[in-house]
Amino acid sequence: MTEPDQAQPIIGLEIHVQLKTEAKLFCACAVRSDAPPNSCVCPVCLGHPGALPVLNCRAFELAVLTGLALNCTIARRCKWDRKNYFYPDLPKNYQISQYDLPLAHTGNFELASGGQMKQIRIRRAHLEEDAGKSLHDAPGRTLVDLNRAGTPLLEIVTEPDITSADEAYAFCIELQRLVSYLGVSEGNMQKGQMRFEPNVNVAVTEDGKEYRTPIVEIKNLNSFRAVRDAIAYEIQRQTAAWRRDHGYQLGRCPNENRGWNDEEGVTEFQRQKEAEQDYRYFPDPDLAMIELPDSLFDRLRASLPELPIARQERFVTKHGIDPVDAATIINHRPTTDLFEEVIRAGGEPGIVAKQFVNVWLRLANDRHSAVTDLGVGAGRMAELAGITADGTINKTAVDRLAELLLDRRERPLALATELGLLQEHDRETTVRWVEEVFASNNRAVEDALTNPKKTKAAVGFLHGQVMQTSGGKADPRLVAELVERKLAELRSNR
Amino acid sequence: MTGLSTIYELAAAFRAKQRSAEDITRDCLDRIEAAEPSVHAFVSCDRAAALAHASQLDAARRRGEKIGPLAGVPVAIKDNICTTVGATTCGSQMLEGYQSVYNAHVVDRLEAAGAIVIGKTNLDAFAMGSSTETSHHPTTRNPWDKTCVAGGSSGGSAAAVAAREVPGALGSDTGGSIRQPASYCGVVGLKPTYGRVSRFGLVAFASSLDQIGPIATNVRDVALLLNVIAGQDKCDSTSADGAVPDFESCLERPLQGLRIGISDEYFCEGLHAEVDRAVRAALELYQAEGTELVPIELPHMKYAVACYYIVAPAEASSNLARYDGVHYGYRAAKPEDIVDLYSSSRGEGFCPEVKRRIMLGTYVLSSGYYEQYYLKAMKVRTLIKEDFDNAFRRVDVIASPVAPTTAFRIGEKLDDPLAMYLTDVYTVSANLAGICAISIPCGFDKCGLPIGLQLMGPAFGEEILLAAAHQYQLRTDHHTKLPGCGD
Repeated sequence: MTEPDQAQPIIGLEIHVQLKTEAKLFCACAVRSDAPPNSCVCPVCLGHPGALPVLNCRAFELAVLTGLALNCTIARRCKWDRKNYFYPDLPKNYQISQYDLPLAHTGNFELASGGQMKQIRIRRAHLEEDAGKSLHDAPGRTLVDLNRAGTPLLEIVTEPDITSADEAYAFCIELQRLVSYLGVSEGNMQKGQMRFEPNVNVAVTEDGKEYRTPIVEIKNLNSFRAVRDAIAYEIQRQTAAWRRDHGYQLGRCPNENRGWNDEEGVTEFQRQKEAEQDYRYFPDPDLAMIELPDSLFDRLRASLPELPIARQERFVTKHGIDPVDAATIINHRPTTDLFEEVIRAGGEPGIVAKQFVNVWLRLANDRHSAVTDLGVGAGRMAELAGITADGTINKTAVDRLAELLLDRRERPLALATELGLLQEHDRETTVRWVEEVFASNNRAVEDALTNPKKTKAAVGFLHGQVMQTSGGKADPRLVAELVERKLAELRSNR
Repeated sequence: MTGLSTIYELAAAFRAKQRSAEDITRDCLDRIEAAEPSVHAFVSCDRAAALAHASQLDAARRRGEKIGPLAGVPVAIKDNICTTVGATTCGSQMLEGYQSVYNAHVVDRLEAAGAIVIGKTNLDAFAMGSSTETSHHPTTRNPWDKTCVAGGSSGGSAAAVAAREVPGALGSDTGGSIRQPASYCGVVGLKPTYGRVSRFGLVAFASSLDQIGPIATNVRDVALLLNVIAGQDKCDSTSADGAVPDFESCLERPLQGLRIGISDEYFCEGLHAEVDRAVRAALELYQAEGTELVPIELPHMKYAVACYYIVAPAEASSNLARYDGVHYGYRAAKPEDIVDLYSSSRGEGFCPEVKRRIMLGTYVLSSGYYEQYYLKAMKVRTLIKEDFDNAFRRVDVIASPVAPTTAFRIGEKLDDPLAMYLTDVYTVSANLAGICAISIPCGFDKCGLPIGLQLMGPAFGEEILLAAAHQYQLRTDHHTKLPGCGD
């Protein structure tokens, strides 16, 4: 018997994305995660007798927009179905969802995986209402909060095209970036606005024959890390189970649902799929068929922004921006929009990108805010990039100046002039600074001249001392040149 | 029992300051008090609230404020229509004492028009039944013979109007629940076109079939009530947009040139001879007045009852899932766990008829049976609708009996659900097709029980339907007869 080949994972994802709407999917109640329990409710979302649902068209539009971004075929007619099951936090004991006519189907999503682009096919995307929350606060007692009941969810289902835990991880991150980019969801994981359910099994080949393990659905993961770890665990568990017993095969053993125990780092059996509930789907007679008119479809398609992956690509190829910088900037759409505005205002793309990553994003992160909220407009950012590019100020001055710009209204050049931050190009002045530093740092000068192991560090030190002596104004290139010249002079004098 | 004035007369008397709302309301409450011990049409009646509302109307009139078209008119509401005054029980133990936090759209409209909601009327549990016998409350008696049923499920509303306890009432009609009791009680009942009246606040039985409609002693009053409750409601996605005509002004349309369709499907085996005779007599009258009787075919009518008893229970099984003992309504004592809480609450709170329909509906929606039953029924439903579409290309209205017999005795069909279901045989097709239909008195059997004539009109064809019915009443006096006082 030959050793079995590496197990090939087969992974599909079901993702629930909470759409960013003011009101719930079928009533006017506010969608709020911070409200006191059962304060955002009405007869409709409480499932009171006689109450009827009315579609929130905004949710439908956001769902269509997402479908378009996922390159899906958008159904011009779709309907609502009832998914019937009993659960205490499901007030009507049915969920309004879309069964056989989802609003979007047959799409694909491009993903950078293992250094190259990969297409993950999207099977379908449909809208549905969320349930409430059960709170098991004491033994034998369960409280129900229905604030969340009726919140619009978009369920996205991929084909099983994902082949590793890391790829699933990358997919989830890219999808989160997409939905926040589109403005259709905040995609906030802490607030449960994105929930993942991977379907995992593995194909193992032995003696030229392929065996597949039963499909496991891992329920309700709410972090990227949990997605990656749970899938990785499951791949290893299934492969080991098959190696132990070749009877562990798809079709011979039941598919099952498992839950992720984050503390133990293991998946745990929940129930077999054979015993799966019959949801008795049927068309909801309270809601009319939705017809998507051409005008709305065209308007939504036209409003589709350039997607992050394409934009990143353009930044690299058209503007010659470092791919790592481009990927960092692109994460947040308003930041990216501002970045482009700075370029349009005349900023040199490479320098602007560096300043976004090293200066603006750092300042924003320190303040727990966004670059767009720093109060420095595109015009001033472009000017800062400009005076950096032409050597008017040096890097040390950039950091100081940028921070000052947050609190002041002056233009960068004017402020730099006022504060004496302009780069000093005068040779004689710079020579004086160099002489001063060499005179007071004999030890470093000695190391630079005589100790090959320490030469590099000593030169760097002297350079830094000159910059400091100049109050940050010295031109680093000139300093480097003059330091080298001075050392050469001393060497020849010995 | 003397005749209470009609809605038309009461509204006019109030407007002309001949009668105060309080006077009218007191009269109405006194009649209810007198009749109820033997009729059991009402399940609740808030005397104080009704009188308070009446005195508000009187004060408004004194101040010279604008008065609504139904100002001062007391109206009864079927107890599956939500009201903030009084409980909304649906005739079921499941919702005993259940207090709605909102008014149904139709109730808001009635009150905005100045009508006084006088009380809630009895019905079969969740409107499932044809006699009010499945109600958790005492069975409503037929005012014409109190050993007989008033029909159902809107038996309370029909009996209240027949006994002249109120001049008008609202019912709901899923498969004949307005028309059949109206027929049994000798009053007029209209099932409007699906989408004509908002269902918001009507406790759902079968959402694609349910429709609220008016019951009164005459067609003009029915038109006046319809004027107020008809029209789009943004809270009901299935309510139709578009202008609503004035249903009263269209009543004068003459019979001359009207084409009435007659189908053999409605005059077949099982139809009682006396009912047959009365309906044919009505048709002869129409013919004598210049209408043309046109034979039509409705080939799929014979599947209507079977189709209905798949579609309606299917929707009901889902609509009634919310009554689970968790959030409101009946909850079983000391449940062992959540499953026991569900099964005991539902097992104890629902009556056998409701449970029968929930089980039937759950079955036909089950995986493996859905295509065989529900999907097939929906196809048949489309065919039935097409039958009517074809017929209405050739005729203006279609005439038929409302029910195969007159009111049956209380208890007579209680143990035979199939016999009970067949009382709907002539009415369910209008619900399946979504068209409008009206029941008007057209005679009495030898026991003195009323017989109803059904007229069906095309979707949103209430104008012509009401005109045809009104013109008949101008020429007959069946609707002016009053039930005797004796038992």
